[in-house]
Amino acid sequence: MTASRKRFVNSIFTVVLGVLSVAYIYPVFMILINSLKQENSITTNGAFTLPTAETFAGVTNYVSAIEAQGFLRSLGYSLFITISSVAAILLFCSMSAWYLARVKSIFSTAMYYLCVFSMVVPFQMVMYTLASTADTLKLNTPWNIWIIYLGFGAGLAVFMITGFMKSVPLEIEEAAMIDGCNPIRTFFSIVMPMLKPTLVSVGILEAMWVWNDYLLPTLVLDIKKYKTIPMLIQYFRGSYGRVEMGPMMACIMLTIIPIIIVYLAGQKHIIKGVAAGAVKG
Amino acid sequence: MEKAIKRYAPIFVLPTFLAFTIGFIVPFFQGLYLSFCQFTTAKNAKFIGFDNYIRVFQDETFLDSFGFTVMFAIVSILSINIIAFALAMILTRDNLKGTNVFRTVFFMPNLIGGIVLGYIWQILLNCVLSIVGEPLLALNSTAGYWGMIILMCWQQIGYMMIIYIAGIQNVPEALVEAAAIDGATSWQTLTKVKLPMVMPSITICVFLTLTNSFKLFDQNLALTAGEPRHATEMLALNIYNTFYARAGAQWKGLGQAKAVVFCILVIVISLIQFRATHSKEVQQ
Repeated sequence: MTASRKRFVNSIFTVVLGVLSVAYIYPVFMILINSLKQENSITTNGAFTLPTAETFAGVTNYVSAIEAQGFLRSLGYSLFITISSVAAILLFCSMSAWYLARVKSIFSTAMYYLCVFSMVVPFQMVMYTLASTADTLKLNTPWNIWIIYLGFGAGLAVFMITGFMKSVPLEIEEAAMIDGCNPIRTFFSIVMPMLKPTLVSVGILEAMWVWNDYLLPTLVLDIKKYKTIPMLIQYFRGSYGRVEMGPMMACIMLTIIPIIIVYLAGQKHIIKGVAAGAVKG
Repeated sequence: MEKAIKRYAPIFVLPTFLAFTIGFIVPFFQGLYLSFCQFTTAKNAKFIGFDNYIRVFQDETFLDSFGFTVMFAIVSILSINIIAFALAMILTRDNLKGTNVFRTVFFMPNLIGGIVLGYIWQILLNCVLSIVGEPLLALNSTAGYWGMIILMCWQQIGYMMIIYIAGIQNVPEALVEAAAIDGATSWQTLTKVKLPMVMPSITICVFLTLTNSFKLFDQNLALTAGEPRHATEMLALNIYNTFYARAGAQWKGLGQAKAVVFCILVIVISLIQFRATHSKEVQQ
């Protein structure tokens, strides 16, 4: 293929992908324009029309979403649950993964395979019993639901970190031990820094899961007292009576905007983390 | 060294092990046991043997949702993987402008949760349907089916594309050049050199799309909620409805038995798929 023909093909591809990108962003854009309309001008067949001077509502929908629907409280719960769960998963699972990779025993092998097994099992298999176990142990508040997430997220984390551990040279740890480090110090000052790339991948994957998770918190938490963001959105849709569309759409935008900001800021890590996680997995 | 670490087992393994026991091991085995029981709460379970399992296979809604899930899985696995691979091939071309922007855009929907995605597409599809004069999603199972396919494609193509890009970039330059020197056409290079080399990525992507399609719940609940009359209800939602949408002593045991059948199904299908594509991988 000559260079000029290749350039021509490339520019065609750029145009095609450009059009596709616009189509990709459009659904989010549609929610944005509707969230700026007045309540009575949001109709089923008018979702594609832009707001006009008469129907433009400014930020009133956003204000009522934040004020009336308890959006900020839900945001707080979601943030706390995600951060505490991911932190617990990264800390405890990397510790166990190191143990499982370095100590060969029946227990290690059994636990490793149980973790792998738990990744394939669908949530419906355990949802009822998990909710009742959580109730019995009083693990049904946003403050300690991370224990459940640690248990259910351990499979993926242990699997990925143990896989990575195999490529970490044993000699460095041995040298540290000979120099007088105990296992705890060896782990925190030698092993954990070397695990950083895989911890980033695991952290991103688990954060995406916990932040967007709907069914587990719905079954475990008391919906009257605590609603995470996905629960809030489903709750307002499912509740009887008229759904206020404007504040609803504003609520969706308020959910998406932080995700997009975090994504654009950490884009490189997220994409690299996903790719690395998949290759290891 | 092993001995030294072993003495610290309580610190290193115990927290995860306890949480894993609470979050997975206990619920799993209790769930297995409850599938043989009649119960309304976990405490009043009465052992009734295989009755629940017999009823699972007499339950038409379950068999219907199984058929729907299989049809959904086949079409969505094929379309997601083919489109994602094609995009990855285009985005790994030399000197293509805007690669990073496209990659960022295509990956974005993946970060939005299933409930929100389902709601966005419900508004969009209902608008399209009302403009062309078709029944809305709540009354239109064909639109519900294709709506879920489109939604899944929109959400998952970017993720799979990233994995394929990593796979394609790992193909050694020397192999492609050697093929070109030997006179291979670009189609031959693709099918005889690149495809076998990215087989590990294909294994993973097919595995992920397969399990995601079978386990799909949030998107199903938010987009169609199984409407009209359970026609677009997938297995996970069917199990959920058996548990929580009906009152009465006979339902929870049935739901748990369905869940066990579902679990075995997912495990068997993933194992078969993994064997099948794994065996086509080549060693470098």
